[in-house]
Amino acid sequence: MTDATANDISDRSEATRGRRDIGIKRRYAAERRFKAYGMIAIGLGIAFLFILLWSVVSKGYTAFWQTEIRVPITFSEEVIGTAEEGAANQSKLMMANYPQLARDGLIQLLEIDPENSEAVSAANGLVSQGVRMELRDMVLNDLQVIGTTEDVWLYASSDLDSALKGSYDLSVEESRRPISDLQLEFIERLEEMGALEQNFNWGLFTFGASSRAETAGVGVAIIGSAYMMLIVLALALPIGVAASIYLEEFAPKNRFTDLIEVNINNLAAVPSIVFGILGLAVFINWFGLPRSAALVGGLVLTLMTLPTIIIATRAALRAVPPSIRWAALGLGASKTQTVFQHVLPLAAPGILTGTIIGLAQALGETAPLLLIGMVAFVADYPETPLDAATALPVQIYMWANEAERAFQERTSGAIMILLGFLALMNLTAIFLRRRFERRW
Amino acid sequence: MDMSRATFEKGPAVSQDKTIKMASKDVTVHYGQKQALNGISLDIKERQVTALIGPSGCGKSTYLRCLNRMNDTIDTAKVDGKILLDGENIYDPDLDVVELRARVGMVFQKPNPFPKSIWENVAYGPKIHGLAKNKDQLEEIVHTSLKRAGLYKEVKDRLDEPGTGLSGGQQQRLCIARAIAVSPEVILMDEPCSALDPIATATVEELIDELKQNFTIVIVTHSMQQAARVSQVTAMFHLGDLAEVGATEKMFSNPDDKRTQDYITGRFG
Repeated sequence: MTDATANDISDRSEATRGRRDIGIKRRYAAERRFKAYGMIAIGLGIAFLFILLWSVVSKGYTAFWQTEIRVPITFSEEVIGTAEEGAANQSKLMMANYPQLARDGLIQLLEIDPENSEAVSAANGLVSQGVRMELRDMVLNDLQVIGTTEDVWLYASSDLDSALKGSYDLSVEESRRPISDLQLEFIERLEEMGALEQNFNWGLFTFGASSRAETAGVGVAIIGSAYMMLIVLALALPIGVAASIYLEEFAPKNRFTDLIEVNINNLAAVPSIVFGILGLAVFINWFGLPRSAALVGGLVLTLMTLPTIIIATRAALRAVPPSIRWAALGLGASKTQTVFQHVLPLAAPGILTGTIIGLAQALGETAPLLLIGMVAFVADYPETPLDAATALPVQIYMWANEAERAFQERTSGAIMILLGFLALMNLTAIFLRRRFERRW
Repeated sequence: MDMSRATFEKGPAVSQDKTIKMASKDVTVHYGQKQALNGISLDIKERQVTALIGPSGCGKSTYLRCLNRMNDTIDTAKVDGKILLDGENIYDPDLDVVELRARVGMVFQKPNPFPKSIWENVAYGPKIHGLAKNKDQLEEIVHTSLKRAGLYKEVKDRLDEPGTGLSGGQQQRLCIARAIAVSPEVILMDEPCSALDPIATATVEELIDELKQNFTIVIVTHSMQQAARVSQVTAMFHLGDLAEVGATEKMFSNPDDKRTQDYITGRFG
């Protein structure tokens, strides 16, 4: 009897347990749905990133290779004068007709009749007009080459380069492509002779602005960007960190500091072009600083980066547990000692990360630089931050406006260089955070 | 009841022979509009342990934090009244808060060693106050402090390891070593054992008992047993008032105040 009752009860509770619906299935379904949304979002993100990188890299990787032609150059005294004349009169050496040397060399190499002007001009179209500088520098470096004959690797013209890289559709009729049938024949012969070679394009990193793609590079832009980053780092980091420490640790909390806080947050959201207008009005028109100068660019970018650094630094300071402050204050450390010996070292990784992210943002900024005239044709390296310079993103912007195929690949190549610098900076940020992060 | 209270105020048996280290007169504390302490007058005698007990929110921690002006760090806190340390008002504008905190040290509820080495944790206070003339003296202070905190044997081979790597009880003893390295006169402890297990608690309690030979100790505790074990005088706080103060033995055996009686018998709190 008792047994039966016991069984009865256990049976009933088992049955109740089975029947009771507490929505387990529904809850798991919701969880699965949410996970799926997340995975779709991440998948889309990765896909777009891949498309972006693919489009840039597939167009740009060829920019890192440049075709060169081996041409026997006779440094004829008839064209450039004798070594003695050159030594006496530098300007004669500077002005000499070096392209003629290249043309004569090509005529000899391809065994063209010098009277056949069509063939001569076709051959002449194969070498870069940059040979003027290349050969001049050789002569200026060593006057002894005058009168001798030497095999010289000359930059090929961008048309030859693009044709070799397959950028031109050669199946269309001759008049509709930038390279003629005769030139294609020459290229074939040069290739057979082994006089064509594709080498790593160091010039892309070292040359300044040029209207010829083969002698255009981001050298000036890299120097300009480097100057600006140094200026931003030297100004924005100390000012930003000092402002944050004061606001976070020392300033009384009142309406005035609240107002400052709101304004800093608003400044972070101001469109960058507005900072460009400010820079133009204040630094160039009022202070009279030179246009196109890296100094002005750096100052404008400093203003733009300050709010980012201040916000990141304040967040890092706030993340330091108050118990550390109490511990130091309780030992009789002054407020300044507490902040500089305990709080700041703990906040340093966060501050560094914020600073580097701010710098990376500044490195990629274009709009404000356009307004202060950094969109300029600058062929010579800027020696000081007061000289005219361009910046990497502005160089990309300028090249993107060029029609030639060779400039298109260089645009993508420059984007790759810029992305490379950005990736390097972010890696540094991650490394520094790992290195200095302490647990408490 | 009134009668017995009057007798008590003439002087309890235990602390009769001790001099008064800190005296507070009519201390009130406001946090913004809210009043947290309503005129506390309490004498703290030298070289003994005074325990502050009472239900949560009764103001005992607030009172403790008044004694070394840690309430200064809270913007909204406003302290009125007088607190004397050896007869000097610690809220006197002429008295420097840094100097005060070097004389009145503090140990917090949750162990909070600096994320630095054990050695640096203890050496920090003496360094900033210039208590050691040279490296040997500093070494001496660090070792003595660790020994007095009963931690030396456990950590002597790893003084350069981070203090945060120690166990909870060791960390709290490190914090005590750090506090006594400055040679304070008074040590305030805000529930120093609430984050520790019973064994670590017992160790810290033994330590407190030993430290009272050299230091004046004020301890806030939620554990009545702890107050009974370590203190000579107990002060009972209730809703911002000082309900009762007296020799610990008397407080736990025969309290005068109804609220104390209710609290220690577990009727509220």
